[in-house]
Amino acid sequence: MLTASEIEDGLEDAMRKPDPVIDIDNLSLTFETNDGPVHALSDIDLKIEEGDFVSFIGPSGCGKTTLLRVIADLEQPTAGSITVNGVSPEAARLARAYGYVFQAAALYPWRTIAKNVALPLEIMGLSRDEQNRRIARNMELVNLSGFEKKFPWQLSGGMQQRASIARALAVEPDLLLMDEPFGALDEIVRDHLNEQLLQLWAKTNKTVVFVTHSIPEAVFLSSKIVVLCPRPGRIYDVIESDLPRERTLDIRETPQFLKIAHRVREGLKAGHSYED
Amino acid sequence: MSSLVDIRSRFDTAALLAGGILLCVVIAVFSTAFEPDRTVFDTPRLALGFGFLAILGVRYSLGFARHMAGDVALGVVAALSAWMLIPVVHQHVGEAASGFWALAVAYWLASWLFVERMAAWKLTNPSLTRAVNLAIPIVFGITLLVLWELAAKGFGIPKVLLPAPSEIWVRLTGSVPILWADFQQTFLKAVLIGYALGCGSAFLTAIAIDRVPFLRRGLLPIGNLVSALPIIGVAPIMVMWFGFDWPSKAAVVIIMTFFPMLVNTVSGLAAADAMQKDLMRTYASNYWQTLIKLRLPMAMPFIFNALKINSTLALIGAIVAEFFGTPIVGMGFRISTEVGRMNVDMVWAEIAIAALAGSLFYGIVALLERAVTFWHPSIRGSRG
Repeated sequence: MLTASEIEDGLEDAMRKPDPVIDIDNLSLTFETNDGPVHALSDIDLKIEEGDFVSFIGPSGCGKTTLLRVIADLEQPTAGSITVNGVSPEAARLARAYGYVFQAAALYPWRTIAKNVALPLEIMGLSRDEQNRRIARNMELVNLSGFEKKFPWQLSGGMQQRASIARALAVEPDLLLMDEPFGALDEIVRDHLNEQLLQLWAKTNKTVVFVTHSIPEAVFLSSKIVVLCPRPGRIYDVIESDLPRERTLDIRETPQFLKIAHRVREGLKAGHSYED
Repeated sequence: MSSLVDIRSRFDTAALLAGGILLCVVIAVFSTAFEPDRTVFDTPRLALGFGFLAILGVRYSLGFARHMAGDVALGVVAALSAWMLIPVVHQHVGEAASGFWALAVAYWLASWLFVERMAAWKLTNPSLTRAVNLAIPIVFGITLLVLWELAAKGFGIPKVLLPAPSEIWVRLTGSVPILWADFQQTFLKAVLIGYALGCGSAFLTAIAIDRVPFLRRGLLPIGNLVSALPIIGVAPIMVMWFGFDWPSKAAVVIIMTFFPMLVNTVSGLAAADAMQKDLMRTYASNYWQTLIKLRLPMAMPFIFNALKINSTLALIGAIVAEFFGTPIVGMGFRISTEVGRMNVDMVWAEIAIAALAGSLFYGIVALLERAVTFWHPSIRGSRG
């Protein structure tokens, strides 16, 4: 039996906090390979609230991309539960609840940039007017106006990746999943795109889940940093960032920033065994 | 250093060719042109041709006028010398001697030099560049035809063994109605209809195989088996099934074109990479949307490979199939009967038509490919 005060507490909790966008509970994923089972993810517990900017950081093989793919229903967990927007990942995917940005731009070379941005909209069956409206708005959002008629191979790598972000945003999801989107770009372009991404996040108040292996990138962007470690892939540390939401690149010189970066680095060091 | 560069530039291919022309011209002066004892200067046309070639050789050896206008003049002179040589050899069939052959070789070297110079032109105007790119193989082909004409006539080769191009041309222009009827029967009916049906059905089969996995194990081996059937065995059976007229030939063409198209389309449909397919999955795209928006465009380079291979296979299939029973019209029928009647020039005329039609067919498919797969690195690279 619950006491009256417990019920009251529970009610208060429910009223204070909206349901998390992503709720992962005791989730594991094991790949069966010819060399035996590989524990890609083990006992993951994580809640991501609306408006969070969450980074997954860890060495390669820690399962950070796999975790993102589970959220996107591109991989199936073998144990535990996960909800996205309160429903299963598959239902969320079918409802087009998220936009996914891959490591490479993955633009179709036979389509112009505008047509690439229109690709998900065509699949969703939106009207031509609505498509054009969303193309124009999202191309502008990523500063690509004027490049509508270009083909992907005529643009630089940074511009291609921006086009792929515009394509993900055109779905107008509340949740943006990004898998090392700037990993292949040089540092100057990466800094620039990081700033633009933050502005975008501030403007739209989307929930962003961001996979990276760069400590400065994770600390600069995130409101919450999840440090993962390998073999088996598990969460080592979750760091709530107390940096202000409005940030410029200069913040990377502040002691606050360096403190968080230090904690991330310590986490990565402790979670990673160098014996193998 | 600079003198070394000078020497090297004077001993390039162009200089060597020009030297060769000069050597040939000198040989021509001191030997008989035609048996028994005609020299180059006994025949005005031969002398003129000799003069042209001599001027050309000297000019190039000395390195004068190595620019575009000079090269065009070179082409004109080479053409004029051919125009001088051909009528002369027609008057002395089989009597050609070393003097004439020296001039023939000089003509060959001059054409070579012309093509060599044309290929080295650096043009800024793109349409002019395209025209030159087209002109190079044409000049090359004309040179081959002229040499064939000179050799066939100069050696006096019997018509049954190898008719001269001029004789084939005469036969070709003299029998347009027959050739047109044959072309209609074989190409416009058997080849085109068989090609469309063969490629089309193979394409649909590939989609079915892709959609229904168990068909992959059932249909692909059968397709493989059909492609291994010898055309010599299949053609008579098709004649028994579908009669003497073009449908039996179209059936042979279908059998020949089916498998290349099937295999290429199946592997083309597997060409989309995992990330592109994941992308479509995140959009909750269904099978047909993914097929039309991603997998078919990715498969196009493969599909066009099959279409190009099949464009020539279809023609071969239709012509050979006509050897096994046909009404009294068709390119294959004409070839087999005219060989029997020793009318080899007619056979060559049919071969010329077949070669022309096949090349045009291939060319049209290739042009279509450039338009459809403009985005593919192999094509956008060549566009610059």
